[in-house]
Amino acid sequence: MSHLWLSSLSRLAMIILLLVVLSSVSPAFLSVQNLTNILRQASLLFLLASGLTVVILTAGIDLSIGSVLALSASVAANFVQQGWIWAGSLIGLAIGAACGLLNGVLVALVGLPPFIATYGMLWIAQGFAQVFMKGEIISGFPTDFRFLGAGHMAGIPVPILAMVLVLVAGLLVLRQTNLGRYVYMMGANREVARLSGINIRGNLLLVYSLSGLISAFAGLVYVSRINAVESTIGEPLLLPALAAVCIGGTSLFGGEGGIGGTLVGALIMTLVTNGMNLLNVSPYWQSFVMGAIVVLAVAIDQLGSAKGEGA
Amino acid sequence: MSETVWREWARRVAMAPGAVYALILLSLVFALFTAQFLTLQNLTNVGMQGSVLVIVSLGMTLIILSEGIDLSIGPVLGLAGVVLALAVKQQVGLPLAILAAIVTGGLFGGLNGFLIARLGLPPFVVTLGTFGMAQGLALVLTEGSSVPGLGPAVQYFNDGRIAGLPVPIVLTAIAFLVVYTILYHTKFGTYVFALGGNQEALTLAGVRTRLYKTVVYVLAGALAGVGALVMTARMNAAHPTVGVGLEFDAIASVILGGTSFERGKGWLVGTIIGALAVSVLRNGLNLIGLSTSWQVSMVGTVIILAIVVDSLRGI
Repeated sequence: MSHLWLSSLSRLAMIILLLVVLSSVSPAFLSVQNLTNILRQASLLFLLASGLTVVILTAGIDLSIGSVLALSASVAANFVQQGWIWAGSLIGLAIGAACGLLNGVLVALVGLPPFIATYGMLWIAQGFAQVFMKGEIISGFPTDFRFLGAGHMAGIPVPILAMVLVLVAGLLVLRQTNLGRYVYMMGANREVARLSGINIRGNLLLVYSLSGLISAFAGLVYVSRINAVESTIGEPLLLPALAAVCIGGTSLFGGEGGIGGTLVGALIMTLVTNGMNLLNVSPYWQSFVMGAIVVLAVAIDQLGSAKGEGA
Repeated sequence: MSETVWREWARRVAMAPGAVYALILLSLVFALFTAQFLTLQNLTNVGMQGSVLVIVSLGMTLIILSEGIDLSIGPVLGLAGVVLALAVKQQVGLPLAILAAIVTGGLFGGLNGFLIARLGLPPFVVTLGTFGMAQGLALVLTEGSSVPGLGPAVQYFNDGRIAGLPVPIVLTAIAFLVVYTILYHTKFGTYVFALGGNQEALTLAGVRTRLYKTVVYVLAGALAGVGALVMTARMNAAHPTVGVGLEFDAIASVILGGTSFERGKGWLVGTIIGALAVSVLRNGLNLIGLSTSWQVSMVGTVIILAIVVDSLRGI
């Protein structure tokens, strides 16, 4: 327990340090506008990372979230632009859930290692997105659709509200429902979970479908905000989402962590990106930094706990 | 006698890895549906373009045999190519430039190996992280643009011939012989197979599993450096993002070739057949006029189908 307490303290210290450094570097940083902007960016990252968190809690992984986001958003945007806002959005969500379900079938029923099943799905969805978009960009959506990504309710940007909604729902499901308990049990010890009579296959199908569904939802929010879509929008999103989960303290070995930590991780990742922009760091460094953060976060997690096979 | 012989052959055919079927089937289909596929020029083309994939897949075979994975191998190849090109532009001399490329690959392999073998981190997350790092470094070093015009000395590694054979084919053959010898005729090779079977027992038997596992990643990285040489020579330029996606084809080749993620089962010759099948698939789809986008989806589907079929056949 003391380890967990210590690590959440160190995350808080990390955020405060980033806030102090960034506000001293740039006076524009502490403006309400910039802070709102950061929260809005973090909300997109959090949405995508929240489904991934649940998958990782079961000791699985979903490498396909970025390209599932791209595929579902591409198809949805096509309908939305022609005025079919609800139908388009629902089709997008359905595609995301279907991709997730297929991942779940491959993992839970066929028995493939999660990283290889979802890695194959990464490329299948990516390819279909490219085929569908033919290298083009769709832009300019109806105002009603743009409400989701760029609108306000009671003065608060809608994506931030969506983030709060998913956070609360996620916390409730993980802490108060049987599904939540099963998720942790399957991740902590699959064999014990099986012997306790938990329906492993059914629950895994549900978790992977959920991850696909949430990726699609994040995609809708994302394209609604930037008011455009192309087939490659998902590519740069996987690494930051994974980094947010790892920094948020969810163990890649499963059974440890939670969605609250992922929110903190998403905030830290967004502050880092925002800081690099304020400091005029070349965007080419960002990919290196994201990669290094993932490696460091996983290494620290492993060294900090006794779990796993190393050291 | 004949019945037992027939049974033995039937068993062998039934147990052959998917790559064998895929290669035969794909070749037949493309030979029937396109006029150009079965021309000497096109087949040479498949061989030349497949050489980089074969070289990289050889290293990937060792990694997958040891129950690992390396998603970073594509960007590492891209980075090694950038290092090669920049070194050539600095006129350090070609041998030194090639050495720098291979060392770059080996260093990234060493980093992967350290994190995976020493710290016990999950390979796919570690190598996804180093994927970003290698990609970022390649972009930073070139500021996002390509490094063209490297000259005939570099191009020799694509255009040149040794004893009548194209240099890429010769390099591929050498790489295969080296890896084959290491895998099948050294103690190290035996340990690589055993790493995938039961690492715990191997460690308890006093084998330095962490060291051997690290060496596997270093070897794969160094082979990516060799692949970078051929790739850069073919284009007479280095592009920072040229390798992205190659890791995917390499994993597909290895799996199609009958090497499994578990239980330390594998076949190095199968990897070559797998890489040829993937190359034929891409080449044939190009000839038919299907875009690279479709190819991406199809290779993804082929990977999953191959694993599913193998697990159903109980191989």
